[in-house]
Amino acid sequence: MTSTAEPEVGRARLRKEDARLITGRTRWTDNMVLPGMLHMALLRSPMAHARITKIDTTAAREMPGVIAVVTGQDLAEEQGSLPCAWPITEDMKAPDAPAMAVEQVNFAGEAVAAVIARSKAEADDALESIDIDYDELPVVLDMAAAIADGADLVHENLGTNRCATWVYDSAEAGSGGAIDDAIAGAEVVVERTYRQQRLIPAFMEPRSMLVDPTGDQITMWSATQIPHILRWMTAAVTGVPESKIRVIAPDVGGGFGGKLQVTPEEIITFLMAKRLGKPVKYTESRSESLASAHHGRDQIQKLTLAADRDGTLRGLKVELLADMGAYLRLVSPGVPILGAFMFNAIYKMDAYKFVCTNVFTNKTPTDAYRGAGRPEATFGIERMMDELAAELSMDPMELRRKNWITHDEFPFTTVAGLTYDSGDYESATDKAMETFGYDALRAEQQERRDRNDAIQLGIGISTYTEMCGLAPSRVLGALRYAAGGWEHAAIRMLPTGKVELVTGTSPHGQGHETAWSQIVADQLGVPFEDVEVLHGDTQSSVRGMDSYGSRSLAVGGTAIVLAAQRVLAKARKVAAHMMECAEDDVDFTPGTFSVKGTDRGVALADVVVHAHVAHDLPDGVEATLDSDATFDPENFSFPHGTHLCAAEVDTETGRVRLRSYVCVDDVGKAVNPMIVEGQVHGGIAQGVAQALFEEAVHDESGTLTTGTLADYLVPSAADLPSFDTSRTETPATTNPLGVKGVGEAGTIASTPAVVNAIVDALRHRGVNDVEMPCTPMRVWSAIQAGGAR
Amino acid sequence: MIPAAFDYQAPTTLDDAVRILADAGEDAKVIAGGQSLLPVLRMRLAAPTVLIDLSRCAELRGVREDGGSLVIGAMTTHYDVQGDHLVREHAALLAMATDTVADPQVRHRGTFGGSLAHADPAGDLLAPALALDCEFVVAGMDGRRTVAANEFFVDYFTTAMAWNEILCEVRVPKYTGWLAHYEKFNRVAQAWSIVGVAAALRVDGSRIAEARVGLTNMASVPVRARGVEDALVGEEATPESIRAAAEHAAEGTSPTADGDGDAEYRTQLAKVLTGRAVTAAMTA
Ligand SMILES: Cc1cc2nc3c(=O)[nH]c(=O)nc-3n(C[C@H](O)[C@H](O)[C@H](O)COP(=O)(O)OP(=O)(O)OC[C@H]3O[C@@H](n4cnc5c(N)ncnc54)[C@H](O)[C@@H]3O)c2cc1C
Repeated sequence: MTSTAEPEVGRARLRKEDARLITGRTRWTDNMVLPGMLHMALLRSPMAHARITKIDTTAAREMPGVIAVVTGQDLAEEQGSLPCAWPITEDMKAPDAPAMAVEQVNFAGEAVAAVIARSKAEADDALESIDIDYDELPVVLDMAAAIADGADLVHENLGTNRCATWVYDSAEAGSGGAIDDAIAGAEVVVERTYRQQRLIPAFMEPRSMLVDPTGDQITMWSATQIPHILRWMTAAVTGVPESKIRVIAPDVGGGFGGKLQVTPEEIITFLMAKRLGKPVKYTESRSESLASAHHGRDQIQKLTLAADRDGTLRGLKVELLADMGAYLRLVSPGVPILGAFMFNAIYKMDAYKFVCTNVFTNKTPTDAYRGAGRPEATFGIERMMDELAAELSMDPMELRRKNWITHDEFPFTTVAGLTYDSGDYESATDKAMETFGYDALRAEQQERRDRNDAIQLGIGISTYTEMCGLAPSRVLGALRYAAGGWEHAAIRMLPTGKVELVTGTSPHGQGHETAWSQIVADQLGVPFEDVEVLHGDTQSSVRGMDSYGSRSLAVGGTAIVLAAQRVLAKARKVAAHMMECAEDDVDFTPGTFSVKGTDRGVALADVVVHAHVAHDLPDGVEATLDSDATFDPENFSFPHGTHLCAAEVDTETGRVRLRSYVCVDDVGKAVNPMIVEGQVHGGIAQGVAQALFEEAVHDESGTLTTGTLADYLVPSAADLPSFDTSRTETPATTNPLGVKGVGEAGTIASTPAVVNAIVDALRHRGVNDVEMPCTPMRVWSAIQAGGAR
Repeated sequence: MIPAAFDYQAPTTLDDAVRILADAGEDAKVIAGGQSLLPVLRMRLAAPTVLIDLSRCAELRGVREDGGSLVIGAMTTHYDVQGDHLVREHAALLAMATDTVADPQVRHRGTFGGSLAHADPAGDLLAPALALDCEFVVAGMDGRRTVAANEFFVDYFTTAMAWNEILCEVRVPKYTGWLAHYEKFNRVAQAWSIVGVAAALRVDGSRIAEARVGLTNMASVPVRARGVEDALVGEEATPESIRAAAEHAAEGTSPTADGDGDAEYRTQLAKVLTGRAVTAAMTA
């Protein structure tokens, strides 16, 4: 082991996991084959709301290769109810959520029967022989209609489609004034209603699971983001002791929150493997994935922004309807609540009120999707800032500057009650504006307007922040979330000099193996290549809270640092003993211990061996240097940045072309700038997708009409401009690495930047909104309706 | 999902293919590149009992000259059509439209004949084939017959071929020296057309001497924009004359409504894209 001159943290290293991920020569769940393995296929309801009046599985049982056919009735005793870990209010209504529908189906795509057969093809064939009759019930699709008096009910026994109403009021919380006073006293009040369309996470690897009941323990491989939570919840749902369950998330191909779930499919596969005593595999098709894996977003936002004529913000009122779909999944009710603290964003104001009503409909359940609550909030406020600027005839950037928290005001406690530890909105914005060429673009915009060009130009701004590093356990407790937000790491110093880092985070494409190795290499002074990162297996990674909410680095990375510090603390004792000096006289430079002021030293590698063989350890020191640590953050982290988008709008066809996209993000210290950039690129792509391309559409019977990737338009590189990304680095003050998180930043920032650009291009034609996704037809229709030709 | 079970036959001659199809009966299907058929099978929207794979019939592949025409084998892939110098020279419109089909993976598998036989009104090759008055040579148990383009496309996903006929080749009159452009409008790069306009022009001096314009996805079948053609012929190609001609684009169309466009919007697109297609052809 030698000390590396150049620190690893900050190096744009190629990702060590990429070769196997890109070639697919790895353990994707569906690649795995076990002796005697059976295959499952699920029959899904084509109806969005119906009573099951008959299911006859006789013919299916007779089909070749079929081992078993089960219905919800057959599983009723064992399947329990799928967990919802976030009862946001005391009186929240939560329907029973069976993994397989028993008497009634509540969304199209819900599982109603399973076939287990010797091959996948035989299982698929047998599905068609199941005879099932439905009695249709009225379908509830529209949120406003769902909560009106006399509405048809999704769940008759709940007596209402209102799930819960959650309120944050700055006057009550003591973080600001009363919103009604602020609005009444304001010189300008802007009111808008925005729709956050329903989105589908559309991860590349479909959900896949394999459950092996052989032996005394049941092992479940699953393409999940949350092996630890899945193990816990599977035990809770099925009654099988947690100690008898091992969950492994092998390599996982994307999630975006879509695999932050305890799915019906996992529970059904688990129960069937247990019942049959044989390994059972289930891998969904793309269409099943689009229809039945949880969806995201789907909110109606009514926003009221109050300000003075000079642009000073007075207050913001947010009234939301959030579509839960038919059931509450793991964190469904809490997703909009994560936005409650972000609508005020980087701005100062006197008063703030947030009221969210969660609503049941006969659609696929919604839950976390990249950004979860925060993109909705950022979209809302960043669109409103542009609307207010237009109302005041003020430059939209000027309005933002006037109201944002200045660099010298940090730490700053916001009107929503959070304390932002750090930030430098001025630097990020200045840098972005310069690269973007703001003034020249404004001049071109004017010129195109003047000559009434068919192509109009718009500039979209998004000066976002977000809360990352989910989450301080105390805060989660106060928000009635059922679990903690800490993270765990263990370092095993192997006698051969190699290092195993066991993390409780669960990467599914983010590059943790590389970034975590860089952190360990710096902390201990070992070569990057010598670090092996282990994750995703509850038997080796015994404790963890998994990956979501841009938490892995800010929380999990900190746990790594703490574990490394414990390794070194112990090593220092052993080194002192080896060098026959007092512990206080030991110096550590990465990789080597030495006696202060002498040239006597001992390499960390030798200390490792010494501690491992334990032939001669000081009294009271246990064998090996292995150490672990659990970190619970005291605060969230707050990445921020400025995204600028120039969009050309073809007024004859409504097509939007993004001409340039510049962003400066401040995610604190970048452990691996290349990974940061990758996350920003992918994030922007996904945010642009919401602005321009993607929407889960249901017809009036509740059938998903965007049920294939030919209809649900996930953009590719060919549909996106090249992004100009750069960074400022204002270290977070709340963790030793100074990191903030970057998994969601691009998605959160880019959607309003794009829509603001479109509206900006057309405002002189009487357009002040285009509903997302801004399809060519919608843009063209908005121009026609604007009427200012 | 996995398609329902089927028998698989891979004849090496067209005659064998025709016979196998006749023997197998109406529940059999021929498969070309599989780019449209396989999704249908995988979603179990169809469950043919026999699949007859044409990919080993060498006689169905390739482009050749035959007097005043080009002959394009039904099994010629999009990729091969795109790169073929005869097509580029004598039927540039077809090459240009093929350039816009899907993505490279699909273009390496999907075939010229398969696209036309599939008769998806959003498919990009139908309107050019119609505009260029292609002839479809179809083989059945009674031998071959030739169907004109304006009779070949009957309805959504329906052609004039009987269940037991196979499209073997398409004859394209030569349009040597004609200017051409295919203007496609879609939402993401690999998607089908919301509307597309195929334009081919013969220019004499500064005037348009002949014009052929076809529309993609403006009805259940491709549509010939005769009104546009008539308005263009004999005119100088100025922005004004092109715009005036393009105003006729939606005549005789009956566009469908879907999430990408209602009839009014498609009508608008047809006009705008027609203008752009003609302008682009003129400046090519
Ligand atoms: C992702 C994707 C994107 C696409 N985008 C586009 C696009 O933008 N524009 C576009 O035009 N197309 C697009 N396509 C379709 C593509 O062009 C296909 O190649 C074409 O539709 C079918 O050709 P094929 O050779 O694959 O035919 P197959 O899928 O093999 O067959 C299609 C149908 O035609 C029948 N058939 C095939 N050959 C014959 C024959 N010789 N005689 C009689 N019947 C026959 C088959 O029985 C079947 O019913 C796309 C396809 C995909 C998968």
